[in-house]
Amino acid sequence: MPLNFPLAAHTRQTGTRATTQENTMKDTDIKRLLYTHLLCIFSIILSIFIPSLFLENFSVLETHLTWLCICSVFVTAINLILYLVVKPNTPSKRSSLSYKVTRFLKCCIYFLLSCFFFHIIFVLYGAPLIELVLETFSFAVILSTFTTVPCLCLLGPNIKAWLRVFSRNGVTSIWENSLQITTISSFLGTWFGAFPIPLDWERPWQVWPISCTLGATLGYVAGLIISPLWIYWNRKQLTYKNN
Amino acid sequence: MQKISVLLFLIWVSFLFYMGIALFTSGFLLTRVELTNHSSCQELPGPGTLPWGSQGGPRACWMASRFSRLVLVLIDALRFDFARPQHTQVPGDPPVSLPFLGRLGTLQKLLETQPHHARLYQSKADPPTTTMQRLKALTTGSLPTFVDAGNNFASYAIVEDNLIKQLAKEGRRVVFMGDDTWKDLFPGAFSQASFFPSFNVRDLHTVDNGILEHLYPTMDSGEWDVLIAHFLGVDHCGHKHGPHHPEMAKKLSQMDQVIQEIVKRLENDTLLVVIGDHGMTMNGDHGGDSELEISAALFLYSPTALFPGTPPQEPEVIPQINLVPTLALLLGLPIPFGNIGEVIAELFSEVKDSQPRSSALAQASALHLNAQQVSRFLHTYSAAAQDLHVKELHQLQNIFSKASGDYQRLLQSPQGDAAALQTVIAELRQFLQGVRAMCIESWARFSLVRMAGGAALLATACFLCLLASQWATSQGSYFYTLLLPMAWGLAGAIVCAGLLAATGLTLDLVVLGALVAVGSLLPFLWKAWAGWRSRTPLAALLPRPGPVLSLLLIRFAAFFSDSFVVAEARATPFLLGSLILLLVAQLHWEGKLLPPKLLAMPRLGSAAPAGPPRHNSSHALGLGVGLLLCIRLAGLFHRCPEETPACSSSPWLSPLASMVGGRAKNLWYGACVGSLVVLLAAVRLWLHRYGNLKSPEPSVLFVRWGLPLMVLGTAAYWALASGADEAPPRLRALVAGASVMLPRAVAGLAASGLVLLLWRPVAVLVKAVAGTPRTRTVLTPFSGPPTSQADLDYVVPQIYRHMQEEFRGRLERSRSQCPMTVAAYQLGSVYSVAVVTALTILAFPLLLLHAERVSLVFLLLFLQSFLLLHLLAAGMSVTTPGPFTVPWQAVSAWALMASQTFYSTGHQPVFPAIHWHAAFVGFPEGHGSCTWLPALLVGANTFASHLLFAVGCPLLLLWPFLCESQGSRKRRQPAGTEADSRVKPQEEEEPLMEMRLRDAPHHFNAALLQLGLKYLFVLGIQILACALAASILRRHLMVWKVFAPKFIFEAVGFIVSSVGLLLGIALVMRVDGAVSSWFKRLVLSQQR
Repeated sequence: MPLNFPLAAHTRQTGTRATTQENTMKDTDIKRLLYTHLLCIFSIILSIFIPSLFLENFSVLETHLTWLCICSVFVTAINLILYLVVKPNTPSKRSSLSYKVTRFLKCCIYFLLSCFFFHIIFVLYGAPLIELVLETFSFAVILSTFTTVPCLCLLGPNIKAWLRVFSRNGVTSIWENSLQITTISSFLGTWFGAFPIPLDWERPWQVWPISCTLGATLGYVAGLIISPLWIYWNRKQLTYKNN
Repeated sequence: MQKISVLLFLIWVSFLFYMGIALFTSGFLLTRVELTNHSSCQELPGPGTLPWGSQGGPRACWMASRFSRLVLVLIDALRFDFARPQHTQVPGDPPVSLPFLGRLGTLQKLLETQPHHARLYQSKADPPTTTMQRLKALTTGSLPTFVDAGNNFASYAIVEDNLIKQLAKEGRRVVFMGDDTWKDLFPGAFSQASFFPSFNVRDLHTVDNGILEHLYPTMDSGEWDVLIAHFLGVDHCGHKHGPHHPEMAKKLSQMDQVIQEIVKRLENDTLLVVIGDHGMTMNGDHGGDSELEISAALFLYSPTALFPGTPPQEPEVIPQINLVPTLALLLGLPIPFGNIGEVIAELFSEVKDSQPRSSALAQASALHLNAQQVSRFLHTYSAAAQDLHVKELHQLQNIFSKASGDYQRLLQSPQGDAAALQTVIAELRQFLQGVRAMCIESWARFSLVRMAGGAALLATACFLCLLASQWATSQGSYFYTLLLPMAWGLAGAIVCAGLLAATGLTLDLVVLGALVAVGSLLPFLWKAWAGWRSRTPLAALLPRPGPVLSLLLIRFAAFFSDSFVVAEARATPFLLGSLILLLVAQLHWEGKLLPPKLLAMPRLGSAAPAGPPRHNSSHALGLGVGLLLCIRLAGLFHRCPEETPACSSSPWLSPLASMVGGRAKNLWYGACVGSLVVLLAAVRLWLHRYGNLKSPEPSVLFVRWGLPLMVLGTAAYWALASGADEAPPRLRALVAGASVMLPRAVAGLAASGLVLLLWRPVAVLVKAVAGTPRTRTVLTPFSGPPTSQADLDYVVPQIYRHMQEEFRGRLERSRSQCPMTVAAYQLGSVYSVAVVTALTILAFPLLLLHAERVSLVFLLLFLQSFLLLHLLAAGMSVTTPGPFTVPWQAVSAWALMASQTFYSTGHQPVFPAIHWHAAFVGFPEGHGSCTWLPALLVGANTFASHLLFAVGCPLLLLWPFLCESQGSRKRRQPAGTEADSRVKPQEEEEPLMEMRLRDAPHHFNAALLQLGLKYLFVLGIQILACALAASILRRHLMVWKVFAPKFIFEAVGFIVSSVGLLLGIALVMRVDGAVSSWFKRLVLSQQR
């Protein structure tokens, strides 16, 4: 897969018409990106308010695990729907049913693997090994939802492509660029979410893993907001070599 | 010469830091010597007869007791204005303005209705106004400082003479209820006690309700002589809500209720004391010396009349500790030995007969006893310590002897008039107040100037480290730039100090040192300032890349929060793990991590050094995961700080001897010895891989034979120590002898090993050279022996290359199947072999000082530093001609790992957590009067990780060169993967490894200097953060419990680290010198 030089300092001279066409294409792309991201944020907000209509005593802090599950389901669903509707990447040439099924199954396996991977990382970072396994795991699930699910939607179960996106000069489209930003900001949010745990404020949200999940959610939302803006801001500098 | 100037420069920078620490410490940590002498009833404090001796009842001591019972109600943080009577214009209308005013109505009522029975004082507490220090003051009558240099750091128990001890000695029944700080201070002194936890500041009611449950039944039962109730609610309310909260009104009203109930139950022979130990600020905090913090209420009441006169309009202001001698004499006890308080004289006047003379005489006799006791204390103290002013001491002694003489004369002449008595009283009081003022001067005052000066010096030294580390590599002739101002400043400062000394001004040693430091700094800063404008902006000096800088900033900021200091044992591994993942992610981002053939997840092969090496970067991910795993495992050996009650310490930190159950003990013993053997085997394998263990050099021989002996000795000692009780009685003597001898033998072996290493640090197999005398010499450009250093620098790499060719040719002919010998001539790894050997030799005696199972942590320590070095080396490319640099992330990770290991070896930065048993390793009978040896042993135990990591610091520079051999081997592999195509073979020659450093000795020295400066900077900002936190938060609730101990530990750790760093760099330089002379000899022998 030839995938070099997506980010040049300035656009090459490829004829005025081609440039303007590219620019308008890019603008529409950025707009679509913004709308999809707003929908994602909306789904998170919904996951906070909708369950309280059906469930008694629902609150984000007290029934945290329930909220995590609901939020994860909502975000996954909206990601899938958006992926099917917007179709950000070029459709694969092979479109047989069996191929699609294996692809979907592969995605599920990848998702599970990433949950286990995050769980292990959390334990290595100091999460309790035996106690609170369920909490830790649901934290891993929500972080996977914020990071792995968009990757799966956009790039498919293709680790090579993932690694490409997350290296210097690896992005080839606006979508991948925003994926990079949201994923990194989710991780950063999670990381900063661990900071209030040792403080002696004795707030309910300082309990493991609530501050971290909240941090991850905030980081994800921040990434969703920042990435269209950042891309819009730097649209002159960004050129992607689409294959 | 260059080497010496590098060392000198590092020593100078360390000296700057030391002076900063010393200056700050002298202003912040006020010290005092604790005396263990006790007053006794039979022995009067001075010459004279018992004044009341003839009529002394059963409870008479130095004076007859006036009260047989005492109720002491200690309301924590009862500020004076909380208890102050409200003189409102409209009676019965409480002021609504402030919630804490006028709530203690009972006191006001008593003062108004029974003016002869009750009295309110404004008592002035001495800083530090923290509860523990106040309790010490209120029972000993002295001025506790933070570091009371006693002989017992392990517990908080008061060793000085105090009221509680005197009460217990006299057989009085002391009943206590309330704050559990008393349990630590007076273990086992109470006949009956109910303690309640004081730590949870948010809980306003548990302690108070607990007291109230016991208070009235106990009072009614009558089974007590002294009853102490320590209420915490008011203090906690202050911390939680502040004094201006309605909750405070409720709490004070509850206290009022309590006092009312107690007053109802008082009998005629009982004295009631209501006292606040300190005040609180507007925000409800305390600890410092502001007016609101030090003013506390003191209220006395008795059903019998106490005072001859009515209370003054404005309550009298008295020092808080005046209560101690007063209570002692009123209860018929001797005044505690170390008391410097003054009796409240009006309590000792005769109430019944209003004749002025007898009243004055009673007062004078109480004061005289008091003064005699204080004078005795001063005499003893000044013999034990030198921190009191000699001149003032003399003056005070003169006042006392005059007053005492006057008093004796008045006693002789019964018709002496009242006026003369009054002058004697005035003299005695003058003496007592003078003593107090002098003691405050030397014991109980922060010196803000010194604190600020120390912190500024530390900050400047940190800045200097940044600046100089930049210059060290960038400038050509940096040594003169660095050395010249330093020499000038030093000379100037010495002259200045000499002048001061000549003019007769007495100067503190600390101040003098700080002056020298500042004086030597100034020219340097001046030069920096002069060359500033043309140079890069300030931001360019800061550690890079950005994430590392922010990590350092987070660590810096974390020292300002007591929660983070307490939780540092968990926070450090978290930060370290983040840094490691960051390194891995950065490698990936740069495209260095992965050959595109992914998912062949790299194994953890590097853990076993014998494994066939692969390309560095391909297993960086494995290294990262392995490191995280090591850190997590080391975190299992965790000792809890006492502030977190929910946490439980690891059971593995206790010695094996405390275990019950033979099987588990044996298994653990096996694991410990196993870890020792694995450690030894790993080190030997590593040496074998990079070097040649067959060389006949003494240091190699030591590695081969001495290290196993040390392992054997350690294992045998552990066996004896863990099973000492089970030894048959016949062997007791033998076991005892062995447990004395074995640790000493191990330490002796280690010392001899280090000496051997220093004597012959180069262990190169010379035999091969001797075997093949060559005719074709490489030294064609020269005729005659090399004369200058430059010649040698040129020649040495040539010889090295030549030798390698030679060896390879021979070896490939003889044993071509062995791929291990390519780099195996020890010359390429000569520096790191020496450092690793030194570390191993150091590790064993240090290990011996710890509990047995910590050996697993030591194994992890070596493993994880090995992994970290590999990971860092994977990210660094070797720049062939220099300049060599060590990146900031490497230094920060190293420092973080040092403090992580400090915690995982079972330490905490608080005094009770020090492993005191380390002092008895090898000295089971104790040390007698010797104090430096146990201090050394305990210090080595506590700061083992600091020492090891600091000595190992040069490895950070050396390791990338060491890893070069692996890269080159990969190159020769036929498989042409994409990774290989990226690493193009630029040169065909064999890896020079560490000989590259010798290629450019100038850059080598610069790199060593830079490494040292960077490490000192990373440690320096930690100590700076601790100092700033301790000085900014000196009013904080936790300052004496968290921040001050942290500062002390960090300061000592810094000193140990800097010494270790200097030793490590000196070792590398010694090896360098030895290599030079070895080459010289080689060249000479070739010439012949």
